[in-house]
Amino acid sequence: MSGEDLNTDTAADLAVEVTGLHKSFGPVEVLRGIDLEVNRGEVVCVIGPSGSGKSTLLRCVNVLEEPTSGTVVVDGVELTDPDVDIDAARTKIGMVFQSFNLFAHLNVLNNLTIAQRKVLKRTQAQAEATGLANLERVGLAGRERAMPSELSGGQQQRVAIARALSMDPDVMLFDEPTSALDPELVGDVLTVMRRLADEGMTMLVVTHEMQFAREVADKVLFMDAGVVVEQGPPEQVIGDPREERTRTFLRRVLNPTHVDQTD
Amino acid sequence: MAMSKRKRAQVIRWVQYGILVLAVLALVVFADWGKLRHNFFNLEVAGSMFPDVITVALVNTVIYTAMGFGFGLVLAVVLALMRLSQVRAYRWISGFYIEFFRGLPALLVILAVGTGVPIAFGVLIDKYTAIMIALGLVGGAYMAETLRAGIQAVPRGQVEAARSLGMSPGRTTVTIVIPQAFKIILPPLTNELILLTKDSSLALFLGASIAEYELTQFGRVALNSSQSLTPVLIAGFCYLIITIPLSYLSRYLERRTGGAKISTPESTEVKA
Ligand SMILES: Nc1ncnc2c1ncn2[C@@H]1O[C@H](COP(=O)(O)OP(=O)(O)O)[C@@H](O)[C@H]1O
Ligand SMILES: [Mg+2]
Repeated sequence: MSGEDLNTDTAADLAVEVTGLHKSFGPVEVLRGIDLEVNRGEVVCVIGPSGSGKSTLLRCVNVLEEPTSGTVVVDGVELTDPDVDIDAARTKIGMVFQSFNLFAHLNVLNNLTIAQRKVLKRTQAQAEATGLANLERVGLAGRERAMPSELSGGQQQRVAIARALSMDPDVMLFDEPTSALDPELVGDVLTVMRRLADEGMTMLVVTHEMQFAREVADKVLFMDAGVVVEQGPPEQVIGDPREERTRTFLRRVLNPTHVDQTD
Repeated sequence: MAMSKRKRAQVIRWVQYGILVLAVLALVVFADWGKLRHNFFNLEVAGSMFPDVITVALVNTVIYTAMGFGFGLVLAVVLALMRLSQVRAYRWISGFYIEFFRGLPALLVILAVGTGVPIAFGVLIDKYTAIMIALGLVGGAYMAETLRAGIQAVPRGQVEAARSLGMSPGRTTVTIVIPQAFKIILPPLTNELILLTKDSSLALFLGASIAEYELTQFGRVALNSSQSLTPVLIAGFCYLIITIPLSYLSRYLERRTGGAKISTPESTEVKA
């Protein structure tokens, strides 16, 4: 943070600002007025029951879904403005999907380099250097020749994280990155995400990993039925929730030995 | 005493073998081997066909097929993308084209292109061009439908990942979707190549010089002059040299892509 930024308003520190976001699929209103702010370097976790609109919210942030109304501003660029170059804006927003979505016909290295070369117009050498550095960062150095189908789910997800990081994004979006993984593979992915958070990456994470949210998040949002029911620091939202709906949800996801912390 | 199930299955198998042996015996006893050899395996006639049956006829069959397949493939990509376009008129045109050419005999299209185009447009087209256009027009219609299915079989997550990395819709289609679609449809495309190989025989209905003969026409001309079926047999054998390996290739590809499909689950989003 530079000196000028300190005395200007918070706007300069805002990485993501969502205001009055509504999203309907046909007659069904899935998001019903969401406000969300993520500061630079902050980790915000979104929790909530299945079908509450968490994925839709995340997908509206990089406009994979077109919001019905409301504004989304990332890095000072209003993505909901129809004149904005959305492809250029998306290069600054990394996205990690629940189902990994590695390009099935490309090996790991090409997965890491293709968008760098085709979109950022980096040279092959530049792209490979960046890609390999990020592959090492996620603990998979040496696997660059593997095809996605030869990797475990946890490895695929870490490659997907490396692929997003290779674009040098300002913000990373994670949509339940460990939900499709066998339990023993979850840890490796969370370790990578923890390290990213420690390095100061701005992250918006939809997750059911309460332990992770509690330890890593600066702020937790609890969503239900398309609205943010409760938000605040994790020790409050997860540790001492005010809303009955939050408590009910947490009772269901946390295993019984942790329930006493939510009473 | 009733036979056990196993015993009965054994008896039925023996009966089947018995029928086969009887049929072969009947063929050996009743067939006129001298006549057969003269008519089907006439070495003299066969000798007179070589090497032209390979160097001219087989080569032309391959060239006609390859040109038709190549043109058809290009057409198929355009048609499939039109079929999936947001623009209703494109979808409509492509749909009509596909129904139109799939509904016509290939022979009719070949005749129309070979004789109709010179009359209609006042341009003379050589036989290679005529066959390429005709086979391409027909093959393209079939391959377009296959490719459309292939494109739709590429998981949506692949497109979303590409878009989230900043790729435009066009670039996503070219670098991510089409290559994967082709991988999926490689087996049916190989089958289409086999069909086109056989359809290239329809070139025989267009006038041609000897240098332009493909296998069927070559065989037919030799048949007329030799009074022996040997040329037909040899031409047929030459087709099989092409089609049987392709058929094996197709089955191999099917097994391979069937085994290792796409690594990402298609519908996890629904679960989330
Ligand atoms: N493309 C879509 N078309 C129609 N309905 C959708 C679509 N995507 C999501 N939905 C619906 O929106 C609701 C919220 O979905 P989602 O954002 O995936 O919830 P979550 O991620 O919290 O489980 C669900 O009821 C889902 O069925
Ligand atoms: Mg979800």
